[in-house]
Formats: sequence, C-alpha cells, structure tokens
Amino acid sequence: MPGIESAKTTRDRAKAALSKRAPLSEDINLDKYAHSSDELPYQDDPSQLPIETKQQMIDVGVTLDNNSQRSGTIIQMDHSIIHSLATQEGIEVMGTNQALDKYDWLSDYCWKAVAVDTDKYTAHVELNQSNGYFIRALPGHKTVYPVQACLYLARGNLAQNVHNIIIAEEGSELHIITGCTTAPGNEPGLHLGVSEFYIKRGAKVSFTMIHNWTQETGVRPRTSIIVEEYGMFLSNYVIMKPVQSLQTSPLARCVGDNAVVRFNNILVAPRGSTMDLGSRVILDVKGAKTEIISRAITTGGDIIARGYIEGNAPEVKGHLECRGLILGEEGVIHAIPELKGSLAGIDLSHEAAVGKIAEEEVEYLMMRGLTRDEATATIVRGFLRVDIEGLPPQLNLELQRAIESSQEDAM
Amino acid sequence: MLEINHLSVAVEDKEIVHDLSFSIKPGETHVLFGPNGSGKTTLLMALMGAPRYHITKGSIIFKGKDIVELSMDERARLGIGMSLQRPPVVRGVKTRDMVAACIGEETSEETIARIAEEAKMGDLIDRDINYGFSGGEIKRSELMQLIAQQPDLALLDEPESGVDLVNIALIGELINELLQKEYHIKDRTRSGLVITHTGHILEYVNARTGYVMINGTIVCEADPHEILGVIKEKGYEECRKCLE
Repeated sequence: MPGIESAKTTRDRAKAALSKRAPLSEDINLDKYAHSSDELPYQDDPSQLPIETKQQMIDVGVTLDNNSQRSGTIIQMDHSIIHSLATQEGIEVMGTNQALDKYDWLSDYCWKAVAVDTDKYTAHVELNQSNGYFIRALPGHKTVYPVQACLYLARGNLAQNVHNIIIAEEGSELHIITGCTTAPGNEPGLHLGVSEFYIKRGAKVSFTMIHNWTQETGVRPRTSIIVEEYGMFLSNYVIMKPVQSLQTSPLARCVGDNAVVRFNNILVAPRGSTMDLGSRVILDVKGAKTEIISRAITTGGDIIARGYIEGNAPEVKGHLECRGLILGEEGVIHAIPELKGSLAGIDLSHEAAVGKIAEEEVEYLMMRGLTRDEATATIVRGFLRVDIEGLPPQLNLELQRAIESSQEDAM
Repeated sequence: MLEINHLSVAVEDKEIVHDLSFSIKPGETHVLFGPNGSGKTTLLMALMGAPRYHITKGSIIFKGKDIVELSMDERARLGIGMSLQRPPVVRGVKTRDMVAACIGEETSEETIARIAEEAKMGDLIDRDINYGFSGGEIKRSELMQLIAQQPDLALLDEPESGVDLVNIALIGELINELLQKEYHIKDRTRSGLVITHTGHILEYVNARTGYVMINGTIVCEADPHEILGVIKEKGYEECRKCLE
C-alpha cells in the first residue's frame, strides 16, 4: 500500500484544515448540506435516462443519445458513478474510487498538484470524498473524439465532493468536455470539486468545462495543473447561467521547458449571481508560454475576473487579456490582472477593459439595417466569440454552439 | 429620390448645417466638395439618421416620405446606405456577419463569397470587421457592404481617401456597380451622394451635379468637374468669396 503513513498524514492535514477559510469570496457553511446520499443504480445505457435529465446534460455539452463522437463517457450523479465507459484504446475512464482500487500508484497523484490543506473545501473533499472521475491517456495515445464527463447534482441540499484526476502520459493527446449541472428546479446544493491534472512530456490536454447551476448553488472548484516539458494544457471554461456563489482560481505550473498553458474563460453573471474566477500560471522553466483570456458580461450580477502570471525563467512569455461588458444598469465587473516577473528578458503583458457597448458600434450595425436589439445581440455574440487555438474544429463548433444557446437564455 | 428642404443640423447644440435645400433624382449621383469641417459628414450622418446629429429644422423626403423621425435601421431598410470614412472596429463581429446583415434574409454563403471576391475581400471576410484593415481595405469593405445591401440611395463619405492609385480603380469599379454606371442612363434607379476631397472619384462616377459646402452652407452648384478645376486652381478660398 502506498504509504499508510502518508495517507494518515494527508487525512491529518485535512482535519487540521477543516475550518480554514478560503482567502477569497464568501465563506460557505458546509454544515448546511447533506454529505451522504443513496447509491444510485448503474446505467448500462445512459440514453435511457429521463429526457429532462438528458436535456440538462445536453445544455452542458454532454450528449447521451449518440456517442459516436465521444471517446468515452463518465457520469456521476450525486455521489454515484452511474455510467463510465471508454470507447477508444489507450484511453481510460472510470470513477476515482475504482481507479484508486485498480492502481496502487494513483495515490501518489492524489493531492500532489492541489494541497489537501489549501482550505476547508479541499479538506472537506478529502474527508468526505464522493468519487469524481479518473481520465487517463496512455503514452502516445490520442483521442479522436473528446471524452465527456458529467457531474450532476440530482438531490437537493446535497454537497457533492468530488476528486478528479486527469493524466496525459507522454506524447498523448486528450480532449475532455466536462459538464457540471443540476436537476431542473432551484434546489440548494454545493459542488466542491478538486481536479488535478498531470500533463506529461509532450502531451496535450484540452479541457472544456461548462457549468450550469442554479441561483441556490454554491460552487468551489479547486484545480491545479502540472505541465511538463513541451506539454500543453488548454482550458475553456464557460458559465452563463445563474449561480449563487462561484469562486475558483485554477493554478497551472509549467515545470518542463517550453510548456504551454492557455485559459479561456467566458462568464455571464445574471442578477443575483456572484462569480469570482481567476486563472493563475507560474512559468518557472525556460521557454514556457501562457495566455489567459477572459470575457465577462454582467447582466446584473457581480464578477471578479482575476488573472495572475508569474515569470521566473528565461524566454518565458505570458499575456493576460480581460474584457468586461456591462449590460444594463446593475452589476459589477472587477478585473484584477496581475503580473510578476523576477528576471530580465521575460515578456509578460496584460490588457483589461471594462465598459458598456460602444454606441458607435451599435450605430454602425444599425446603419446596415439591424435593429438596436439585433445590433446589441450581434456585438455581444461577437464579444463572447473567442478564437480558441488548439481545440479540434468539431469541439470548437460544439463549444460555440453551447455558448450561443446559453447566450439566448442569458440575455 | 431625395429631397432636402431647409435642413439644419446640430451636434451637441451647435448648429453645423444651415438651411440646406437640394434634391437628387433617381439614377443621379451628386458630389459634395468642401474643406475640412465644412459640415459634409454631418449632412450625410443626418441623412442616415445617426442619433448624435439633430435635425433642428427642415425635412428630408426620401421616396416621397419624410424620414426625419425614422431611426437608422428603419432608414437602412427603406433603402439608404452609407459608407463611413472611419468606421469603428467591432471586435468579435466578423466581416462576414456584416455582409450577411446587409444582405438580410436572402443571405447565403455563396452570395457572401461572390460579393467578397468582387471586392477582393476574400482574405478578410473572416476577420473582425475593420480590425487591422489598411485604408484601402476599409474602403473596399464599406463598399462591399453597400453592394450587399443594395441601397437605393448610397451616401459615400470620401470613398477614395487613403487609397493608393492601384486600389482606386477597384474602388471606382465597386462604386460603378453600386450606382449602376453600366446601365443606360435612363435605366439607372440608384442614386448617390458622394463626398470627395481629391476628386479622383469623378473619373469613375457619372456625376453631373456638384456642390461646394462652406461653413454648413452650399455656396455653389455646378458641374463637379468644373468645380474641381476651380478648387485645384484656386483652392477653397475662391469658394469662400461666394459666402460674402
């Protein structure tokens, strides 16, 4: 067994951190939520799930009726893995608990990227873990189609405490779509998700995550990514529906020369929603590169869009771009771009802009025959259109489609 | 087509255009000369219906209807189109989206491709509109959009400024198409009002009426080639004398 002592230490550290408040955003009272749930039956054929459940999943990019364009599927409902299947050789998809049983070495990856005592939420996940997903591409294997993962909160008032581990072995390529959502309605719920990514030498991972919560859901993901030499990590995060309170700030560390990290964040905060989203990248090795792009829109909610790039090695390059659009009379966007450099010759830059739609642009489109509303919608659609480098065309199309359909509801 | 009666236009409470009257018949193209700041662009923007430009007096009759109260999009749908001298960059909105908007419901990929090819804009059709465009590309893009829109009245604000001599022939061809130069005179239905500084565009458009605008007033109406000759020879100072 991989170190009873180390496991004990991990749990001890978690226990010690159980009341450690996170430095950012409001403190969530974990005692308000249930932490256990009934085991739900496994579904051999997830297309048999109720239509309304499937629709919720479709809205976050998870399709169950036709999986011909997926390399694997995993669905966790509440605390149960109700379906998991890898359909491509060299790709592994299963619940984290099952993976830990299967692979002794996997415990070495647990809490290596994310510290278990980061805050009370990570501690809580360790002590009350309710599965999560394990996705791995074996060396040299490349997904033809993305693997899809869905974390679904079905029961009201439940805390979902998942621990996800994603490993792209040397020279592999893995594309993942993750959709996190709830049952229809507006039940309170809490989603705590720890995700640890290990991108080995020359491997490439694209991770597209769509969140679709409710006005009563608290969300505290804790994510960290370790990227080795010539590895590449591309994250696309989309949240366009209400959420009570979201706070997350994924941290990517480039530990091998010429590693590349890109974050694209698309946020729309309706009235009553609070979103505090950051992306952090540490460039500690020669030639590492990063780009963080955020597009934030408030239609009445509050957004803090953070970005942090730190450069500590020769020939590193980083750019941070945050653009915010205020639609309507209420809502706040607070852009906090930060750069830290400790070496001459590094190239770090940022640009941030927050404001309303320029009247001149609206008029330009109206001059071409669009009504004011049509012109505004076209500009907003364009604002949210991020050209994502490195994403397969089909996946890019799916992402844009998801953004557009969410936009129609959100505006 | 267009009848302007005693039109005065103000921007931020300052009257720029004073008591202007003229008319353009179907198939005619008129040319507007004038030094910088004389109110030419203000007049075109007011005809297009841009909200900053307030009509303080007079009427604009287009196709027999007073359009003073209509919004820009309503005027566009009624058949007025305008190419801007310095259009804004709209990030995320592709040139293709703009052409599609101009074509309206009948839009198709084939039509967009054909129009883009004509304007030699094929390489730029998937770029954000006006983003990083050169002076010539901006003019071609504006005319391409108008060709897609097919307005009955085209308002062109210095379509040739900042365009090199190679590109100006292409700009001329696009304006010809827009204003049906290849049609027999009596068959032309589209009209134009063109602002020019250099007069280069006169080689390409069929215009028999020209105006000189000074300080928001039309001081002269004559053959545009003749006007251009005077301006080239004596400058606008000569025109200012007509104000006195």
